[in-house]
Amino acid sequence: MAQFFAYITYKDGVADDAALELVSAAKKLSADSVIAIVTGSGSKLDTVCNNMTASYKEVWKIDNAALAYPNAEAVRKALVNVLPAGSIVLIPHETFGIDLGPGLSIKMDSAYVSDAVDFEGMAGTTIKIIRQEFGGQVSTHVTCDTSKGAVITVRPGVFQPDESKSAGGKVVDKSGSAGDLSVSRKYLELVAAQVGDVDITKSDVLVSIGRGIEDVENIEIANQLAKAMGADVSCSRPIVDAKWLEKSRQVGTSGQTVKPKVYMAMGISGSFQHVGGIKGNPFIVAVNKNPKAPIFQVADIGIVANILEFMPVLTEKITGA
Amino acid sequence: MEILVCIKRVPDTAENEITVNKTGSDIERDDLVYSVNEWDNYAVEEAIQIIDKAGGNVTVVTVGEDDSEEVLRREMAMGANNGLLLKDDAFKGSDGKGVAAILTAAVKKGKYDLIFTGAQADAGGAEVGGMLAAMLDVPYASLVNKIEILNDKTLKVGREIEGGNQEMSEISMPCVLSIQTGINEPRYVGIRGIRKVASVEIPVMSASDLGVAAGAVGDAGAKVKRVDYFVPALGEGAEMLEGSTEEIAIKLIELLKAKGGLK
Ligand SMILES: Cc1cc2nc3c(=O)[nH]c(=O)nc-3n(C[C@H](O)[C@H](O)[C@H](O)COP(=O)(O)OP(=O)(O)OC[C@H]3O[C@@H](n4cnc5c(N)ncnc54)[C@H](O)[C@@H]3O)c2cc1C
Repeated sequence: MAQFFAYITYKDGVADDAALELVSAAKKLSADSVIAIVTGSGSKLDTVCNNMTASYKEVWKIDNAALAYPNAEAVRKALVNVLPAGSIVLIPHETFGIDLGPGLSIKMDSAYVSDAVDFEGMAGTTIKIIRQEFGGQVSTHVTCDTSKGAVITVRPGVFQPDESKSAGGKVVDKSGSAGDLSVSRKYLELVAAQVGDVDITKSDVLVSIGRGIEDVENIEIANQLAKAMGADVSCSRPIVDAKWLEKSRQVGTSGQTVKPKVYMAMGISGSFQHVGGIKGNPFIVAVNKNPKAPIFQVADIGIVANILEFMPVLTEKITGA
Repeated sequence: MEILVCIKRVPDTAENEITVNKTGSDIERDDLVYSVNEWDNYAVEEAIQIIDKAGGNVTVVTVGEDDSEEVLRREMAMGANNGLLLKDDAFKGSDGKGVAAILTAAVKKGKYDLIFTGAQADAGGAEVGGMLAAMLDVPYASLVNKIEILNDKTLKVGREIEGGNQEMSEISMPCVLSIQTGINEPRYVGIRGIRKVASVEIPVMSASDLGVAAGAVGDAGAKVKRVDYFVPALGEGAEMLEGSTEEIAIKLIELLKAKGGLK
């Protein structure tokens, strides 16, 4: 059987939640053993490697100054040199995994499947995987021929983290095999996201608007409702892309992570990148004209309606009450 | 500067509800409205803005059927100079790698300084750009939301990462960049613009024109295959409020009061 690997992403010496989710993901594929692979440099790398031995029997460490910042090009080169041919590599599907995974699969000459949300097992060398298309509106089964290995990115948050921490594993230093890590894309710096007028991460109640708002002029309707409720207005990404609201109001993986008590999703379809920014298990009310919109799967209360008609009525009932 | 932008014709999710057909073999395609993939529009706009400053040409390319011509024309109406359709029965059923292999062959037929793709398309793969770069052995950056030309060999690019933070890098050309939405404001295309390019000849290239071995792409070459479409059985799901708009509003207000949603 092919050897499974889980690529561990981390920040400031702390592994991302995905690190333990990948343990569960690999178990679902009945992998005999999965080896964690961690790249970086210095003491933070060591901290992560040591912590991972609780969850993985074997942790491969690749320490190199060129990996101090996780530059996907350098990481790819290191992995290609270190991983045995035919390996099955699991990587979290976030901005780093998107940068690393496709090219890695080409250089490993293996198959690539992105954004797996579930596994339905392995028969011979074929893995059956569940994915989603059209922003989560439909799901698909895909088969992946892993006879020459595979790179699979796994959606964060869909597998339960394996908290058993009973692996009692060991760190194996593979730094010597990393090879030449020179890059043609040189990392310069991080530019922090802009701070806006309202800090939606502190709001208790959010009236959040999506593409269903249809026109910049309709935002006033949401403002009115928010005012009546004592809420702040947040939004999905397309509203920011259209420059209708500031980036600091965007909820989601590439925006803010909010923790309100009540979240009103108005004309938002419910893509995982959007829902990924809603934490703390709030009471979610979704209003959408499509009864099959994925947002209804995560909402507590659903209303099938045109938000442009529904919001003014709700505002009126609140202020009149 | 010669820029190639890879685009795709997709069902427009802003215009359609996507449902699964009776047998689960496909999505329901009757009455679907198609358009160019949202991310690709930003990629084409960015390419046009670059040549407006630096000079050169923008070519839009797609792997598709005859009906994909309409999205090529739409992007030409935006300002792309050339279109190119890669079409062959042998391309059908390609996985991401197959599409990247076909595009790689097309890239090698030309001479491009920059190649753009959208960050992702309808299947949410976010993979073709990265594969294409690796096949061409040129540098790659995904989710690009800023491009600055430093000199004729180097760009400064920003990648949008978690939390809306931006990772700045220097990258040498030729390179492949996958473009994230929000990098610019794509221009509006009117009927007039479309009409202007309606009769422009769009070259078509087949597997043999490209020198792509038929077995390497399409269904025959695919290691990853979609078996079916389905809608997962709902877990708990939302409690749906029904009634007249007024009735629903009143019910909702009670619920919101209980949950601290009204101040
Ligand atoms: C790397 C990456 C990061 C991303 N990060 C984020 C992020 O941080 N946040 C984010 O939001 N997105 C993010 N996205 C984009 C995400 O994939 C979706 O494209 C986006 O969330 C869709 O926004 P939406 O729900 O408003 O629009 P759509 O998906 O277009 O949904 C609009 C919804 O409104 C409904 N509707 C339309 N008109 C009406 C009406 N009049 N009344 C009622 N309902 C109506 C429709 O039925 C539909 O369900 C990211 C994408 C990528 C690739």
